Amino acid sequence: MSHGPSAPAQAHGGAHAHHVPYVPVFTDGSARLKELKDIISRYPDKRAALLPALWMVQQERGWISEDAMREVGDQLGCTAAYVKGVVTFYTMYHQHPVGKHFIQVCTTSPCLCAGADDVVKAFLEHTGCKELGLTSPDGKYTVIEVECLGACGFATPVQINEDYVESVTPEKVPGILAGLK
Amino acid sequence: MMKDEGGKMVNLTIEGRAVSVPEGTTILEAAKTAGVLVPHYCYHPGLPVAGVCRMCLVEVEKAPKLAPSCATTVGEGQVVHVYSEKALEARKGVLELLLINHPLDCPLCDPAGECELQDYTFQEGRADSRYHEPKRFNPVEDFGGDVLYVTNRCILCTRCVRFMEDVHEDAVLCVSERGDRATIGKAPDADLTQPWAANVIDLCPVGALVSKDFLNKARAWELDRTASVCTGCSQGCNNVLETRDNVVVRMKPRSNEDVNHFYLCDAGRLDYRWMNRPDRAEVPKIRLHDVLSPVDWDIAIQEVGGRMKGKRAYVVASPRLSNEALFLLKRIVKQTGGEGVFRCATGPEAPLPGVKDLSLRADRAPNVRGAELLGFKRNDADPLAGLKDGDVLVLADESLGGLDLSAAKKASAIIVIGTTLVDGITPAVVLPIANVAEEEGTFTNLRGRVQRFLQAKTAPGLARPSWYALADLATALGVPSDDMHLPSTIFTALAKSEPAFTGLSYDTIGLRGGLVAGATAGAH
Amino acid sequence: MGYPHKSHPRETPVLSKHFGDPEARTLDGWKARGGYKALAQALHMEPTAIVDIVKASGLRGRGGAGFPTGLKWSFMKIGDGKEHYLCCNADESEPGTFKDREIMRWTPHALIEGCAVGAYAIGAETAYIYIRGEFTEPINVMEKALAEARAAGIIGKNAMGSGKNIDIWVHKGAGAYICGEETALMNSLEGKRGNPRIKPPFPAVSGLFGKPTTINNVETLAAVPHILNNGAEWYKAMSLSSPKSSGSKLFSVCGNVAKPGNYEVVMGFSFKEFLYDLCGGPLPGRKFKALIPGGSSVPTITIEEAEAIKMDYEGFVEQGTMLGSGGVIIFDDAQSMPRQLARIARFYAHESCAQCTQCREGTAWMTKILERIVAGQGTYEDLDTIFELSESMTGKTICVLSDSCGAPVVSGINKFRGEFEALIKGRRSSTVAVGAR
Repeated sequence: MSHGPSAPAQAHGGAHAHHVPYVPVFTDGSARLKELKDIISRYPDKRAALLPALWMVQQERGWISEDAMREVGDQLGCTAAYVKGVVTFYTMYHQHPVGKHFIQVCTTSPCLCAGADDVVKAFLEHTGCKELGLTSPDGKYTVIEVECLGACGFATPVQINEDYVESVTPEKVPGILAGLK
Repeated sequence: MMKDEGGKMVNLTIEGRAVSVPEGTTILEAAKTAGVLVPHYCYHPGLPVAGVCRMCLVEVEKAPKLAPSCATTVGEGQVVHVYSEKALEARKGVLELLLINHPLDCPLCDPAGECELQDYTFQEGRADSRYHEPKRFNPVEDFGGDVLYVTNRCILCTRCVRFMEDVHEDAVLCVSERGDRATIGKAPDADLTQPWAANVIDLCPVGALVSKDFLNKARAWELDRTASVCTGCSQGCNNVLETRDNVVVRMKPRSNEDVNHFYLCDAGRLDYRWMNRPDRAEVPKIRLHDVLSPVDWDIAIQEVGGRMKGKRAYVVASPRLSNEALFLLKRIVKQTGGEGVFRCATGPEAPLPGVKDLSLRADRAPNVRGAELLGFKRNDADPLAGLKDGDVLVLADESLGGLDLSAAKKASAIIVIGTTLVDGITPAVVLPIANVAEEEGTFTNLRGRVQRFLQAKTAPGLARPSWYALADLATALGVPSDDMHLPSTIFTALAKSEPAFTGLSYDTIGLRGGLVAGATAGAH
Repeated sequence: MGYPHKSHPRETPVLSKHFGDPEARTLDGWKARGGYKALAQALHMEPTAIVDIVKASGLRGRGGAGFPTGLKWSFMKIGDGKEHYLCCNADESEPGTFKDREIMRWTPHALIEGCAVGAYAIGAETAYIYIRGEFTEPINVMEKALAEARAAGIIGKNAMGSGKNIDIWVHKGAGAYICGEETALMNSLEGKRGNPRIKPPFPAVSGLFGKPTTINNVETLAAVPHILNNGAEWYKAMSLSSPKSSGSKLFSVCGNVAKPGNYEVVMGFSFKEFLYDLCGGPLPGRKFKALIPGGSSVPTITIEEAEAIKMDYEGFVEQGTMLGSGGVIIFDDAQSMPRQLARIARFYAHESCAQCTQCREGTAWMTKILERIVAGQGTYEDLDTIFELSESMTGKTICVLSDSCGAPVVSGINKFRGEFEALIKGRRSSTVAVGAR
């Protein structure tokens, strides 16, 4: 439930991807197509595989472009606009490229009263990201605020790409960043 | 929509009025039968229920919460209050919320005057707003086709999304984003150029989806509106011609469940400019010393009578003419032992998938069926094939465009009864007639539905309604025509003498149409 | 065991007994701890007999609404010739709530067993566990446990050799609080926007893929095997509030408190003792001021009100709030209530699905007013506007998200009006233009 980047990421973040022709994910004979078909078989309606399919695209391409929406739509029998409606509903799908390390700091009430604001500031400072949603000049980081990560007892939780780091305080931020590959 | 009769009926009270409706009817539809229009935005009888605008909330006695009347079916013994304090308060709240981010730009918004946001705010809304925060802003987007999306005016009722998804069955629109960031989204490569896409403009209850064609042309309150029938194809969609200062400026659908439901295709709705064309035949003319000279109508009619004496009338009639005009032409043909033919332009079919039997038809004229029923023979390729030496060629609203005109030389004389002169033809007589917007009459659509259209504007110069000109001509040729001084009496004569039309009258067909013999409503 | 702290002696660890124990995550480890006995037994019972036991146990939905679970299951008509579905709601997203995450992280097989029993009891051959997309670790743990269970023939075709089929799949969400609303969850699972549906039809009539469906919370389903193993009477007797509220309940505690974490106590436990004894009281030098005790959607209460609460469904209602999901958010005397409530409103504005007018526009408007007050530019009229706005937003929409935005805010203003008025009185400048940021 992230406050997704509100503006397209800076060029460093990989916006050049726009000029590269889209490479389909679900090509004939690919492992991803096999995986998708396997998932489709779990449901009576193949459209139910839409969220999983979008996850696969994001894992492969880093974000979900309009070409990707079309590809997924073609696979599951829906239009690109329909897919767009779904992609834009769920905040975890990136609508443009993001930094290599996508850092989401929970700032909802329980974390806010535990000092999440200072954690956000520390990440912005130590990553070189100028503001929330913008990617750092080296393309490594994008920092955003996120709504409740569901780990309120471990304030402040931070999600970095897929994984949680719990009980983050501003002091721990440099060490956390140093540990990212 | 009402269910078939024979189902169980449910009795309830709406605003103190007893109502009995079929089981499964919504409160909103039931209220209509009691003469009460519950304010609403997202509900539309042609679309799946969304229940999202929350404008149609009504109070149902003994229910714990206000009910969305579009999504609540009637129950036996229900007592419904549409205008109770609670219901009014709830709707007032919705109206205020719909307006907090609305630009309130009515003075420059096309739908102003026919905007349901204006109407219901005037009727039930607050006089002021308590909103003191900055308003949301989003730029205007060109949705392609005839459609412009003025994002800031959008109330997210989703009628357009549901129409494209469920009726047009081509989901090119979506709700994009969520919360108060939500707007109507479109896939970048999918413009609203689908054959029926512009219906989203009519479906939009506010000024969010506007027609590029109509943009800034007129204010809604300056328009005169006339019930008519689209002439774009043989479907016969019911429409409204909207005129300002005797100029047709817009064509909108008029709902008819038996024909077009609520819709009009883009080709039809945008094809009205010809009705305003300035290069019209305005005065009757006869050829004197090889020059077409303006004359009085009586003289022109006499001239035709003279030219036709002892000759066969070979009538090439347009299937865009009314049943009345074609009927009179048929009589003239009969009187002279002549022949009546027609041709019809064709194009690809373009169905509206979600509505049964609704399509932009291949035959691009409104009265092909009428012409056939009245005995005119179709010959698209060569309508002059049957013309014999010495025949009088009568071109009734037919320009012979794209045809080899050398065959016309066989004719002893050519009579043009039309809205314009005909290129490449030197007629003996020109009788100027009104176009479909300028006269009244009936068309018979491809399923045999006879439908009336009314006069929306005045004809230029001395041009006369086709039935008027042809009735005079028929009289001049000796056709018994005492009862043919009004379109309604011509229709009566038609119904009397043409078996297919038996039993129909101007009054009974009304504005919904009536079926010719052998046609069944079930065809729709 | 406990996690992250050790189990407190006054806790009653039923669901949380194995939190923190990595061995309990494995199939063998789980079996060694008594796992899958209940399922083995259940698969040879009549589904209605299982429903009757659950009914008799008094188990109520642990996701927030507190609807009796057995009754909910009984709405599913076995043998109606239709496909039935069970959805496990693991979209735990209510601020303050983080109990389901621990159940899935530490005892995945408990949930699988609960799902399998539940599915069988309602005549479903397929169950989907809808887990919020952020929960990478719980998803991985669940997937691994499901693979183990499938390989061991516990679920799948001919589950445990019973001749019954029970497939269970994880479905990963993608970031939307509203998908925790059961009809939104079904839409999301079907590959749609997570928009709540108009009810009726209710899920038991037309749910997932238009088929009869039951949606149960993780904690609810995880409790079911224990009830089958120990009997309905055992479950009822565990509670201090029997017969109205039965069993034990996990409470997630967070905010300004000495020992945040999950605590499992029996229904009817004293909230005062819970807060000061189990949770360790306030942070050093601070005092508790206010609580939102059932996840962020329930009314705000003062510490005085909280101390009077008996922890069961009725007990929270008596003090003007709700048990909800059991997510206890605590604010101490160093916190600004206007700031906290503005943040909660912003959460709802962010999460509104955009369908209903009152919610889409109202949550955002309320947030803007509150943020303006916090910025020192509020007026007394703003408070009236919030009350009236909350009225417009309550009880008039498809789901209760907009009600949930108003509830903590309105009660918070009522109880801490002084803090709001102090900000209003201290307006930085009376000449600031209306609407300026």
